[in-house]
Amino acid sequence: MTTSPSASKVNRAAGATANFVDERTSIAGFVKYFSRKLFPDHWSFMLGEVALYSFIILLISGVFLTAFFIPAVTPVHYEGTFETMAGVEMSEAYASTLHMSFEVPGGLLMRQIHHWAALIFTASIMVHMARVFFTGAFRKPREINWLVGFTLMILSLAAGFTGYSLPDDVLSGNGLRIIEGIVRSIPIVGSYISYGLFGGEFPGEALIPRLFTAHILLVPALILGLIALHLFLVFLHKHTQYPGGGRTHKNVVGLPLFPVYTAKAGGFFFVVFGVIALMASVLTINPVWNYGPYDPSPVSAGTQPDWYILWIDGLLRVMPGFPEYVIGGYTLSLNVLIPAVVVPGLFFGFLALYPWIEQWATGDRTEKHVLDRPRNVPVRTGIGVALIVFYVILVIEGSNDIVATLFHLSINDITWFIRFAVFILPVVAFWITKRICLGLQRKDRELVLHGHETGRIVRHESGEYVEVHEPLTDQEIWIRVSYDNHKPLVLEPETNEFGVRRRWYRWSRFKQAVSRFYYEDRVEPVTPAELEAARSSHH
Amino acid sequence: MQTLARQRYHRLTPLLLVLGLLALITGVATIIAPPPATANTEASAQDVEAGQKLFAANCASCHGLDARGQAGVAPSLHGVGAASVDFQVGTGRMPMQASGPQAMAKAPQFGEKEIAQLAAYVASLGAGPSIPTAEQVDGSLGDATNGMLLYRNNCAMCHGSVGGGGALTEGKFAPGLWETTPTHIYEAMLTGPQSMPVFNEANITPEGKRDIIAYLEAQRGGSPGGLGLGAIGPVSEGLWAWLIGIGLIVGITVWVGARSS
Repeated sequence: MTTSPSASKVNRAAGATANFVDERTSIAGFVKYFSRKLFPDHWSFMLGEVALYSFIILLISGVFLTAFFIPAVTPVHYEGTFETMAGVEMSEAYASTLHMSFEVPGGLLMRQIHHWAALIFTASIMVHMARVFFTGAFRKPREINWLVGFTLMILSLAAGFTGYSLPDDVLSGNGLRIIEGIVRSIPIVGSYISYGLFGGEFPGEALIPRLFTAHILLVPALILGLIALHLFLVFLHKHTQYPGGGRTHKNVVGLPLFPVYTAKAGGFFFVVFGVIALMASVLTINPVWNYGPYDPSPVSAGTQPDWYILWIDGLLRVMPGFPEYVIGGYTLSLNVLIPAVVVPGLFFGFLALYPWIEQWATGDRTEKHVLDRPRNVPVRTGIGVALIVFYVILVIEGSNDIVATLFHLSINDITWFIRFAVFILPVVAFWITKRICLGLQRKDRELVLHGHETGRIVRHESGEYVEVHEPLTDQEIWIRVSYDNHKPLVLEPETNEFGVRRRWYRWSRFKQAVSRFYYEDRVEPVTPAELEAARSSHH
Repeated sequence: MQTLARQRYHRLTPLLLVLGLLALITGVATIIAPPPATANTEASAQDVEAGQKLFAANCASCHGLDARGQAGVAPSLHGVGAASVDFQVGTGRMPMQASGPQAMAKAPQFGEKEIAQLAAYVASLGAGPSIPTAEQVDGSLGDATNGMLLYRNNCAMCHGSVGGGGALTEGKFAPGLWETTPTHIYEAMLTGPQSMPVFNEANITPEGKRDIIAYLEAQRGGSPGGLGLGAIGPVSEGLWAWLIGIGLIVGITVWVGARSS
């Protein structure tokens, strides 16, 4: 192999630069450490990357937009090129949004990239979260990282909502009006919070500048910081891996970060960017010019939040209006408080605490680095599907008017259906999922014990017909038998041998109940003895 | 040959032919073209008579032979005016195809002449709003900006921010307005069909109505941002984000993952 003089020149230049940097920073050790760091390979490990890349796209497009957006509600008369707005009085925020859409070259594309990226950002976070949930990647030692990820999810909603509210069009103003109503439904402090937030009576003049600060500085800074922490913890804990031959809780089987994943991740950024740019150039998003400048009186049909808040809108829509009480001159709006504050609080609280809830049930305090196949944890998988069904039903309720016109249904019937379905369907979904998981586990047992069906029928000398089964490879068996076989916790008696009541007895009883719920129905993995017995009894 | 041809045709024959053809076309066009809407204001007695026959054959089973309606079945048509008939029959809502939450639009069952006759008959029963003139519904004469302001305050809560339509209670709905003719939009505002309130001349002036038509016509050129996704707001955007965005990205992820393993 010969090296051309120019290539050796490039190599020398690169080497000299690297040397220059290393001599002044001693960075070579880090680079070596990181580039040799191993990562297991699976398509589902790239879902979090989608969130990261859409966030980068949000930052880049957002910087462009801040160059043209004016976060002020000072009234102006529109003088731009959009005909149906000629001379209309509007806030500077709205006028500058129209200006960047119609007069700034590439402005509308940037706005649409920014908004589509925001929808993809929140969606990919939830898809990633679902992957982590269903595979049990939140187990010890990753509980803190689950919480960091959970906080990132909440912050993505905050980032989305503050951005949605900035253009000061009718749609975003209506969204803020609903937020104001929700804040005011909080007993005692609600009105004070609302006045503080809006700087007086709604809508006021303080909110748009405040939202702007939150949207471009506070929330993105927090997200950026937490992303750094999130990734640091991934490095610290090392990445989880799917079960497979040779993979244990004490090792990582995978490929090095450099060059495999750096190339793959770099390319994948452009895939995500490409999809978002494609959508932004073909599909209209948030046509603020349709909605017109904000005015508290008009509310148009199809007024909805972006999809990630839609389920809370659904909760508000599904809630009957009656529980509103006046106590001593003060209104207690349970019809708003319950759907918009209490239920989301419980839902998010459950999600945040889930790693600990499951730990009570297992009592297992060892580190877990091999992921679960969802079927091997039927109750967790069932809970996950039930939560998704609950969420999706509420999203449908949040879009009940669109569903009604699209399918020619009565909006009242949809709401009544969902009032029951929101309680019943998640339970049904849980039960069906759990049963499917148990069934799949039984199928796995069957496969391990008896092997694959080959379709080859053999007749023995005695006249007996049997189908030949091909035994599984070691790899196939490993995947099917190497899972944690948790059993319900055994409850110690209420009193000890001296007849003294144990401390924390009630708490243990609660934990045992949770544990029974999780592990009462289970399919045991095939033991080596069973496998041996099955093999020797085979023909 | 050439001499023969010259003898047979006069020099000006082609010109005459063209002129004759033009005259023929314009003549036919005048006959085919609908008479201007102003012609409707003066309905002849024959029209009323023909309209009454049509009414008896097609409408009276619900509205009654005297057009006074039947309780719980169909309203009285005394005083609803020609505009109401032109809208209801012209958009195919009447005669009603099936009873349901609301009468559905369909291809009109009658030609323009019959609709005019029916309108003349109903108008003869009692004074009511008449069919607007072509000038009244000409969007190009309206002010789309004022139309936007009026539309937002009066129409958007049911018909959506740019006329994409929306849901009402119990299966009723406000239809999309992109396909509706300017005359029918005007008549709907004037007469308040079905669940729609009446926007009389004091509520929204005739000029205001024309401005609204101008605004709605300005929405028909498509969206500056690309495909409009039905212009029904963030729900369809969210659906597309999941279907196209997440769908494509996850699909590619699976593909990339499959290639490496």
